[in-house]
Amino acid sequence: MSLAIHCQNIVKTYTTDGQQVVALNGVDLDIALGELMMLVGPSGCGKTTLISIIAGILNQDSGRCELFGEDFQSMSNKDQLRFRAVNIGFVFQAYNLLPSLNAAENVSVPLIINGMKRSVAERKAKDVLAQVGLGERTQSLPAQLSGGQQQRVAIARALVHSPRLIVCDEPTSALDHKSGHNVMELLKQVAVQHDRVLVIVTHDARIFSFADRIAEMDDGHIVKISNQTSHHLDR
Amino acid sequence: MAQVQVRTQWLPINGIVYTLDSDENIATQSRTTIHREPQTMNHIALKMLMGDKGKYLGIVMGLTFASLIMTQQPAIFVGLMARSYSFISDVGLPDIWVMDSKVQFIDDIKPLQETELYRVRGISGVEWAMPLYKGLLKVRLADGTFQTCNVIGLDDTTLVGGPAVMLEGTLADLRRSDAVIVDIDGARDKLGKPSPESGGKNIPLKIGDSLELNDHRATIVGIAKVTRTFQSQPVIYTTYSRAKSYAPRERRLLSFVLVKVKAGQDPQELIERIRATTGLAAYTQDGFKTLTYNYFMKNTGIPINFGITIALGFIVGTAIAGQTFYNFTLENLRQFGVLKAMGASNGSLLRMILLQAVLVGSIGYGLGVGLAALFGFAMRHTILAFKMPWQLLVFSGAGVGLICIIAALISILKVIRLEPAIVFKS
Ligand SMILES: Nc1ncnc2c1ncn2[C@@H]1O[C@H](COP(=O)(O)OP(=O)(O)OP(=O)(O)O)[C@@H](O)[C@H]1O
Ligand SMILES: [Mg+2]
Repeated sequence: MSLAIHCQNIVKTYTTDGQQVVALNGVDLDIALGELMMLVGPSGCGKTTLISIIAGILNQDSGRCELFGEDFQSMSNKDQLRFRAVNIGFVFQAYNLLPSLNAAENVSVPLIINGMKRSVAERKAKDVLAQVGLGERTQSLPAQLSGGQQQRVAIARALVHSPRLIVCDEPTSALDHKSGHNVMELLKQVAVQHDRVLVIVTHDARIFSFADRIAEMDDGHIVKISNQTSHHLDR
Repeated sequence: MAQVQVRTQWLPINGIVYTLDSDENIATQSRTTIHREPQTMNHIALKMLMGDKGKYLGIVMGLTFASLIMTQQPAIFVGLMARSYSFISDVGLPDIWVMDSKVQFIDDIKPLQETELYRVRGISGVEWAMPLYKGLLKVRLADGTFQTCNVIGLDDTTLVGGPAVMLEGTLADLRRSDAVIVDIDGARDKLGKPSPESGGKNIPLKIGDSLELNDHRATIVGIAKVTRTFQSQPVIYTTYSRAKSYAPRERRLLSFVLVKVKAGQDPQELIERIRATTGLAAYTQDGFKTLTYNYFMKNTGIPINFGITIALGFIVGTAIAGQTFYNFTLENLRQFGVLKAMGASNGSLLRMILLQAVLVGSIGYGLGVGLAALFGFAMRHTILAFKMPWQLLVFSGAGVGLICIIAALISILKVIRLEPAIVFKS
């Protein structure tokens, strides 16, 4: 199985008002293609910081982080953007859909950023919305959808351009148990593929069973990586 | 639920991976297309803007207000300033005005000796030269009160310099004895006879009515339309010799000598010759207008007053529109952050903000200018001065444009400095 993410001794310190907070203090982590990795740990232990660095939207202070064999730090600004646009899908706790765009328009945004014509992109977005069970709600604005439905739109947006990495930060925390479970089922079903990797940050113990492996973090370190009863899909 | 059908191939070029779309539905249209440049996100920018109706209205209203103030106030200013020389325009026909060298503007009368008229007539290149009397005289009204009027005395035979528009009677009627022509606004208002019932409107003067100028009887033979002047006193036209008899006895009564240039004669050359020969000042019609206009610009508080109002309009407009626009951007910062995280470049976000600024700017400008024009139209029959030449529209357009640029710039700076990592903050 080939390596998708390779993190080595990552250190990240935030400075606010002259106060230094060490968010990551030497993190090593390897994640394979086809894997669904969960990051868990107490609040403030550095989970969000770590996936931000993996996804290339935050720079580490030191250490190496390779994504599909590429290092963001050695890319030009423009290449970083291109690389992110093509390779990464995001799912957020707060959904972060654009409130004035309907579901289909929201889902088409990554395709448009990748240079696809709007009409084609929206057609494709509708197909993917159908995959996540929202084929009837393509014209709805986010405010007209339930939390679970909004998160499905967000998942469709994270998948639509077929990225190789999908990062999710607390994708179920804002949802009730049932919707959270549905969202995870959906992710597992449509997002996990042999040529893709999913990294999910969560507090939510109820969804741990969906993970292939779970990395436990504390105080800027990874303290334990446990193998789940293998959920690996043979695809 | 079915497996996602979307498949993408990966094509490393120069070490960078580009998508090559091979989805069956789309393949026919884009099989050979390797997408590199992002498509425009204009529609996203517009939806973002319109999505927040309250803010959108706030921004547009701020810009409308600024545009209105920056159009309407200068329009009144330009209108007022044009009044300073409207009499010169009304006289029209003569090419050159000759006057005392110390005259600073049209109402600054420094009378000449009658002989100057004959000296000017003797200068070569002069087609004709006519006298003009212009002075403020007290008119005794029917109820015994006095009203200061602008009395214009025209050359007895040619009547050069008379009003361009006669509403009743003809200019030639001035040749009758004691004849005067009054302007319609004066006739209706300040010279009108008091209404029999108290508080009622004045009864307008009409042909056949009489006035008393300096104990001389004057009979109204015509009503003229004249362009409003600065002082907006009633205007009374009569002949030059009759004007002299109305005026207090003085040695000098000739206000201006009006000159027509001979065909083929360069006016500027003639002006030099008149100045050299007589020692008087001489200006072309436009030159005299400029002199008058400049005098009012320099010596009255008008430009400063309007300047302050216009500057306030600009500042308040910038404050309202700039603030709301900036707030709008701040509120949408997370959306911009999401786009950034997803790989949108600063350049494309900048274009989005510029488009938003240009749109609200154009709408605000259009509404403001429209309202100003409407205001001018509604006031067209009143005493209010209002003129909206195209230069003014360029001026207020530039003002609104500047406000939008300022508003967009501070927003753009904020978005460029934005860390995409904020998207994970809840
Ligand atoms: N932008 C920032 N500026 C300053 N300090 C920060 C910033 N982001 C995170 N931190 C600090 O870094 C540490 C790690 O934060 P991080 O958000 O990665 O934790 P987390 O594990 O995701 O927590 P949570 O479960 O609450 O989301 C915390 O102490 C946090 O206060
Ligand atoms: Mg977090």
